[in-house]
Amino acid sequence: MLAHFTNVITVFLMVAGLFIITARGNLIKKLVGLSLFQTSVYLLYITPGKLIGGTAPILSPAYTVYSNPLPHVLILTAIVVGVSTLALGLALTVRIREAYGSIEEDEILALDHSVEDDEARESH
Amino acid sequence: MALAQHLPALQVILPLISAPLAILFRRAGPAFLIVTAAAWLSFAIAIALFLQVDASGLISYPMGNWQPPWGIEYRLDRLNSFMLVLVSGMAAIVLPYARGSIEREIPHESHYMFYAMLGLCLTGLLGIVITGDAFNLFVFLEVSSLSTYVLIAMGRDRRALTAAYQYLIMGSIGATFIVIGIGFLYLMTGTLNLADMVPRVAVIESSRPGLAALAFISVGVSLKVALFPLHQWLPNAYTYAPSSVSAFLAATATKVALYALIRFYFTVFGDNFVFGKLPLPEFMLILSLFAMLFANAIAIFQDNLKRLFAYSSVGQIGYITLGLSFDSVHGVGASIMHLFNHGVAKGAIFLLIGGAVARMTTRQAAPPAPTFERIAGLSKAMPLTCFGVVLGGLSLIGVPGTAGFVSKWYLVLAAMEKGQWWLVGAILVSSLLAVAYVWRFVEAAYFRAPPAGRETGKEAPFALLIPGWLLILATLWFGLDTSFTAGAALDAAQQLVHSGN
Amino acid sequence: MRDDLVLRVVGRLLIPAILLFALYVQFHGDFGPGGGFQAGVMAAAGIIFYSLIHGLVATRRIVPDWVVETMVAAGVLIYASVGLAGILLGGHYLDYSVLSSDPIHGQHRGIFWVEVGVAVTVCGVMLKIYYMFASRGGAED
Repeated sequence: MLAHFTNVITVFLMVAGLFIITARGNLIKKLVGLSLFQTSVYLLYITPGKLIGGTAPILSPAYTVYSNPLPHVLILTAIVVGVSTLALGLALTVRIREAYGSIEEDEILALDHSVEDDEARESH
Repeated sequence: MALAQHLPALQVILPLISAPLAILFRRAGPAFLIVTAAAWLSFAIAIALFLQVDASGLISYPMGNWQPPWGIEYRLDRLNSFMLVLVSGMAAIVLPYARGSIEREIPHESHYMFYAMLGLCLTGLLGIVITGDAFNLFVFLEVSSLSTYVLIAMGRDRRALTAAYQYLIMGSIGATFIVIGIGFLYLMTGTLNLADMVPRVAVIESSRPGLAALAFISVGVSLKVALFPLHQWLPNAYTYAPSSVSAFLAATATKVALYALIRFYFTVFGDNFVFGKLPLPEFMLILSLFAMLFANAIAIFQDNLKRLFAYSSVGQIGYITLGLSFDSVHGVGASIMHLFNHGVAKGAIFLLIGGAVARMTTRQAAPPAPTFERIAGLSKAMPLTCFGVVLGGLSLIGVPGTAGFVSKWYLVLAAMEKGQWWLVGAILVSSLLAVAYVWRFVEAAYFRAPPAGRETGKEAPFALLIPGWLLILATLWFGLDTSFTAGAALDAAQQLVHSGN
Repeated sequence: MRDDLVLRVVGRLLIPAILLFALYVQFHGDFGPGGGFQAGVMAAAGIIFYSLIHGLVATRRIVPDWVVETMVAAGVLIYASVGLAGILLGGHYLDYSVLSSDPIHGQHRGIFWVEVGVAVTVCGVMLKIYYMFASRGGAED
């Protein structure tokens, strides 16, 4: 268990993130959950790439143990993706708040349903 | 070096460059010209690549001259060269349509952003299809997804915002699942190149991380595919997005996700493992049947035409996954064919409905929802639009003479090969459900009186009618001449099914 | 906050240092930790810091919206044209080795321009995001 403690942390963050996304109705909190979920993946990639005592992969006779740099590069890309997703999500939330006056999912759904009822009444 | 050699790179790079150029000009006119030119050029490139692959069988392009498996490789076989034609062809048709269509849907000062986002979306979709690198696939997936969220949010109705938000959450979860799966594969095999992975995955696929990778990728891609219980994001997204976006997404986005599913199942993990040793075919069969029957049944009861055809898309995706679950040349071939045929027909329907909506829109007002009340008696005002939608609907049903018939025929053939006659019945029942929702349109448009007070409108603007009808004619063409679709799809299936591993 | 003397003085001292450090990180990226992404974020942070002290209107006068949007687009174009230069000089897309007669020097030159592109786009995107959020619903605009 202790040998795999990074994996335990990764899985905990992953599940916590997913739980927040599903269990919270607040659009901002959902985004927090999403970010947590995405961040856990960074750990999943990076922790196996690091060797204890390993250096950066610089060719030199002084070093023999290297850490794998590729996961870091991949995750740099994933971080950019995560930031863009978060920014876009927040931007959408701002627009939703301007359009509905609320960022609570149930209130927004209620507003939508009342609009749909109105539409149905108009057309009949 | 000849330019022909660099076509795989240019296929993705041209739309990619068009997006920042469109932003640089900051005006709708030049932005439209640049992105449209890029889309047409990439359509031409896709056709050239399709012919090249037809001649040589396989093309590999090392990015930055870093040889695979170390560098990123663009790898073309019969399946993805066929997909490239579909995706770039749809973009080439949707873009001219968008110019007339977004006039009333999007404020004029954001038009250049719309074109830039469409260019990026095209880049992402083409990239997913062409790349031979697992992580690169994820990056392109996010490029296309993020631009798709923006495009959906550009709809005039405020529900477009919530639809985009919902899709953002679901889509990001899906993409993250995919990247977790790819992470497991990378940890176990030490490579990201899909082709290089194949022999290494064969060794570890039964191990626990291997199975976890398969599970994560399956769920993640299924979210993007909108496979039955994971389709919740799709109806709202298609309903409230601008018309041109609905058409483009319906024809390409879920199809490209299906391509990723086929790629992971048949190439990376190998169908002998996925369909031979795991209970996945039974699982997929059940979900497909649910999609075909439930989603099509839900479609019948929709009041909004766009939502009706969105649910119909979920149902049609069921046919495609049903074909995959057979794991035979005819089954997979039927899936690939249906992917193409359904994309063309559904794209046409959304384009035509968008044209009708544009005509019904009064200046400055938000476009009205195409409800059955509003389209009552529409055939008198817009005979061509209505006839086009009916022809597209016939293809969704699978009437002989339309493209939908060809792919369903192969699907039935594959079911009979497996000796599963009851599935033929299920396909028939779901086709009857399709008859029901297409008939609802016919009944409303042709046999009901126009609502009182609606001025007798004119035909939809020709700029919007022509792209839709081009696709309808393509549907009829591919219903009669199957050499392109059936030929390419069966060739691709031949390459995929039981290819060793 | 414009009247806060301490903030203004600290800002005046820090902002040039932040921008300079961004440039250092940018150009030192070939030899040590650093690169376009970090440099772009730092430069944007410097400008955002200015905006926190002097307000969005003043910042938008110095770095107007069209400049920010041009930066977003230009960075991607720089990146893409480095790749196309590879094709034009007879290599593959993004092949840096052909950018100079000496392949190692070519690699150096290629990654340098790619990092410039990354820095420009990242800085532009960060500012764009900041402008979009800061200008919403406040008294500033």
